[in-house]
Amino acid sequence: MLNRYPAWKNILVLLAVALGILYSVPNLYPDDEALQVTHESRELVQPDLDNITTALEAAQSRALSSELNDSGILLRFDTVEEQLRAKTAIEEALTDDFIVALNLAPTTPGWMQAIGAGKMNLGLDLQGGVHFLMEVDIEAAVTGRMEDNLSNVRSILRELRIRTRGLNMIDYSHIEVRFASANDRSRARSELIDNFPDLQFQNREAGDVFILDLRMTEDTQLQIQRDTLQANRTTLLNRVDALGVAEPTVQQQGSNRIVVELPGVQDPAQAIRILQRIATLEFHLEAALGAPRSSFETYDYVAPEGVFPVNVDNDVILQGDRISNVRPSLDQNGLPQVQISLDAQGGNQINRVTRDNVGRMMDILLIETRSRTNLVIDENGQEVEDVEFYEDRRLISHARINSALGRQFVITGLTQREAMDLSLLISSGSLAAPMTIVEQSVIGPTMGRENLEQGIRGVQIAAILVVVFMLFYYRVFGLAANVALIMNIVLIFAVLSSVLPATLTLPGIVGIVLTVGMAVDANVLIFTRIKEELRNGLPPQQAISAGYDRAFTTILDANLTTFLVAVVLFTIGTGPVKGFSVTLMIGIITSMFTAIVGTRALVNLIYGGRRDLRSLSIGILPIKPAGGKG
Amino acid sequence: MAAPQFKVNFMGYRKPAAIMSIIIVLISLGSLAASGLEFGLDFTSGTSVRLSFAESAQLDEVGAQLEEAGYEDAVVVNFGSDREIRVLLPLDPNAEVATEAEQAALTGEAIAAYLQERSDTEITLQGSDYVSAKVGEELAEQGGLGMLVALGIIMVYIAVRFQFKFSVGAVTALAHDLIITLGIFSLSGMEFNLNTLAALLAIIGYSLNDTIVVSDRIRENFRMLRKTEPIDTVNISLNQTLGRTLITSFTTLLVLFSILLIGGESTQGFAIALIIGVIVGTYSSIYVASNVIILMNVTREDLLIPVKEGAEADSVP
Repeated sequence: MLNRYPAWKNILVLLAVALGILYSVPNLYPDDEALQVTHESRELVQPDLDNITTALEAAQSRALSSELNDSGILLRFDTVEEQLRAKTAIEEALTDDFIVALNLAPTTPGWMQAIGAGKMNLGLDLQGGVHFLMEVDIEAAVTGRMEDNLSNVRSILRELRIRTRGLNMIDYSHIEVRFASANDRSRARSELIDNFPDLQFQNREAGDVFILDLRMTEDTQLQIQRDTLQANRTTLLNRVDALGVAEPTVQQQGSNRIVVELPGVQDPAQAIRILQRIATLEFHLEAALGAPRSSFETYDYVAPEGVFPVNVDNDVILQGDRISNVRPSLDQNGLPQVQISLDAQGGNQINRVTRDNVGRMMDILLIETRSRTNLVIDENGQEVEDVEFYEDRRLISHARINSALGRQFVITGLTQREAMDLSLLISSGSLAAPMTIVEQSVIGPTMGRENLEQGIRGVQIAAILVVVFMLFYYRVFGLAANVALIMNIVLIFAVLSSVLPATLTLPGIVGIVLTVGMAVDANVLIFTRIKEELRNGLPPQQAISAGYDRAFTTILDANLTTFLVAVVLFTIGTGPVKGFSVTLMIGIITSMFTAIVGTRALVNLIYGGRRDLRSLSIGILPIKPAGGKG
Repeated sequence: MAAPQFKVNFMGYRKPAAIMSIIIVLISLGSLAASGLEFGLDFTSGTSVRLSFAESAQLDEVGAQLEEAGYEDAVVVNFGSDREIRVLLPLDPNAEVATEAEQAALTGEAIAAYLQERSDTEITLQGSDYVSAKVGEELAEQGGLGMLVALGIIMVYIAVRFQFKFSVGAVTALAHDLIITLGIFSLSGMEFNLNTLAALLAIIGYSLNDTIVVSDRIRENFRMLRKTEPIDTVNISLNQTLGRTLITSFTTLLVLFSILLIGGESTQGFAIALIIGVIVGTYSSIYVASNVIILMNVTREDLLIPVKEGAEADSVP
C-alpha cells in the first residue's frame, strides 16, 4: 500500500502555511514610539508642525520623522525616554487646547495593512495603554433619588387629597412637608410610611405649621453609593466594550472613583470622547399653559422641521436609573420606534403621572457632565490649570402621551435613524450618577516591553529544546513534528493578529508557550502508535496508516474535551480568563491541524510513495512485552 | 491469556497510591481551610500612591529604595510622563488605623518622605488612594460557576463518548490535581495572582488531556481483549500509554522550566503552578482516574459499542 494525500489536502496545507506566514509576518515589524498631536476644535496645519519642530529643537530632542495627516501630527521616536521628553517639551510650547497623546505607530508596509494583516494587540501588561480615573458624583445620585421621592410624595398626597403648605428639599438627603393641621400630618405620615421604607419620618412644629421631616437613612445612602458605583461600573464596561478593547479593567477605587484601563487603545482621544459622554436622564411633563414661570425651564427642541422652544416642568417623573432596557425596534406596521422598559418602581411612577395626563407631552432631558480646563492665576501669581465641571442639559425627546404608560412603553413617530439615535442617547443616560474624568494618562510601555521580551525569549528557548528533543527521539518523524510545531506557532500568531484581533496578555503568551509543549502531544501519540504497529510486525506503509488512524480518535477525544472546557471558560469568564481561553481554543484547532494533517502531508511526501519501504526513521522501537499476542 | 502482558504492575500499587492521594488531598484541603492562599495585588485591595518628581524618575532606583524601606511587594510604574510614578502596595492587615483610606494616606506620606530623604530632586505626593481588588468577588463567582459548569459538561461528554464510570474517574482526577496544586500554593505561601489562575485553567486542560488518552486506550483494550480481567486490561493500557505520557510530560516540563528560568519574574508563578500541575496530573492520570474506574467495577459490557451488527469492534474509524 502507498500513503498518498489527495491533491486538495496538499494544497490546503500549503495554503494554510502561506496565509499563516503572510498574516503573522507583521508582528516582526516593531512599532515606533510616537506622539499624536491633535487640537480640540480645529485641524492642524503646517505652522503647527513648525512650532513643534522648533520646540523639539529647543529641548534638543529629535523625532525620527514627523508627518501631518488627516488625524493630526504624528511624530516617531527612537526610545520611550525620548518620546516622554518630547511630550513634555511640546506640551510646554503649545496651548492647552492641543492634545498630545502617547501612541505607537505601526511600521508595517502599506500593502500588508491593505490586506488586513496587522499586528497583534498587546495588553496593558505588555505594551501599556490608556488609564482613566473617573469620579462618580454620589451626592448627585442621592439628590436624584430624593428628588424622585419628592415628586412621589407630592403625587401621593395629591391623590389622597391631603393639602399641604408646601414641600421643600432642605438638603440633598432631607425633605420637609408642611401641613396646616396635625390631623393632616398624621394621615399623610401613616400613608407615606408604607410607601417609603428607606426614609426616616419625624414630626416637628414651627409656630402653627406642622412639619413632617423625611430623611434618607445613612444605610440607604451607603446602599445608594454602592449601587451607583456598581451601575456606573457596569455601564462603563459596556461603553468600553463598544470601543472594542478586549481586556479592559474597570476597577473601583476608594468610595467614589473608578479606574478604567484600556490596553492596546491606539487612539486615546477617541476613548476619551466615548467615555466622556457621561450622562443621566430625566423624564418630565411639558409645563401646562399658564403655569407659573418658576415651575418650568425652557429648552430648545431640535426637530426635523426646525428648532422650537419647549417649556419643561421642573417635576421629575422618572430618573434614568429606573430604565432597565432600551432598544430601537419596529412596530407591527414596520415603523421605527424606541422600546423602553422600566423597573417596577419606575413603572408605578410613570403610570401614576401619565394616567392623569394623557394627551400632554412628555419630555426627556439628557444631562451630560463635561469638564473644561482653564488657566487661572493662583496665590503665588503662577498660572495653574483649573478643571471646571459644567452640566449640559439637552431635550432629546418631546412626545405625546397617548395612553397611561406602564413598565413597558414605546416612543413612536420617528425615522429609523432617529430611533437609533434616541435609543443610544437614552441608554447613555441610564447611568445612575454623573461621572467626570479626574485624571487621564497613558501608561508607558517600558515595563511591558521587558515582560514581552522575556516572554519571547522563553518561547524561543522552549521551542529550541523541544525541537532538539523531538529530532533526537523521533528522527525523520521528529523533523516532521518540528515543522508542524513551528507552523502551529505561526498559525496561532496569524489568527491572533488578523483573524480574531484579540488582545494578548501575559497569561496569553504563556498559554502559547504551553501549546508549544502540549502540541507535540498529538504527534507523540501518533508516533508511539506507529512504533507499536511496527513492533507488532506491520509493514512500514501500513504502520503509518494505522498509526495515524488509531491515534486520531484519542487525539480527537482529548482535544474536544479540552476545547469544551475552553468554551465554557470563554462564555462565563471575563478579562484574563477569557484571554486565556481564546488562546487555548485557537491553539487546540491549529495544533490539531498541523499535528495531524500537516505532519501526515510531510510523512506522505517523504515515505508515502515508496513501494519498497523497509524501515522508518522513527527512533528506537519499544521492547516487545513478554508473552501475549502484543 | 494467563501471562500478564505488561512490564509495570501499576495497579498492584493502587491501594497505597489511593491512600497517599487521599492523605495529600486532605493535607491540601486542611491548609486551604486553615491558612488560605496568599493572594497577590490582583485579588486583594491595596494602596496606590502617586508621586511626581521634579526630574525624570528612575524606576529601578525607586523600587530598590522601597524594598530597603520594607515595602517588598511594591510595584512601581511610570504614570503618564517620565516624571510621574505610581506605586502599588498591598494593604497591611496589621496596621492600627481605622479605615483603608487612612492607611493609604499614611503610607503615601511615609513613602514620599522616605524617598525625598534619599533623593536630590524634589518629590511631591500627588495623592494616595485605597484601591479595590482588580478582580473581586465577581471573578471568583464566575470562576466557581465556570468550574462547575465545565465539570458538568466534561462529565456529560465523557459519559456519552465513554461511559459514566469514566466521567467519575476523569472528574475525580481533575479535582485531585486542582486541590493539590492549590494546596501546595497554600502550604508554601507562594503568591496567587492572575497568572496563577491562568495556570490553574491550563492544568484543567492538561490533566484532562492525559486522563482522556489513558481512558481511550482502556476503552479500546476492553473491546479487544475479551478474556482479560478488568484490572489487567487497565494495567496493559497504562503500560501502552506510558511512553507517550512520559514524553509529553517531559516536553511540557522542558518548556515550563525554560519559562521558569528565563521568562522573568512575572511568569514564575505561572510556571511553578503548571510544573506542579503537570507532575500531579501525570500521576493522577495513572493512579486516580484508573483507580476510580476499577473501584466502580468497570466491565467489558460497559464499553461495548451498542449496535454494530455483532461485529468485533476492534478497529475504530
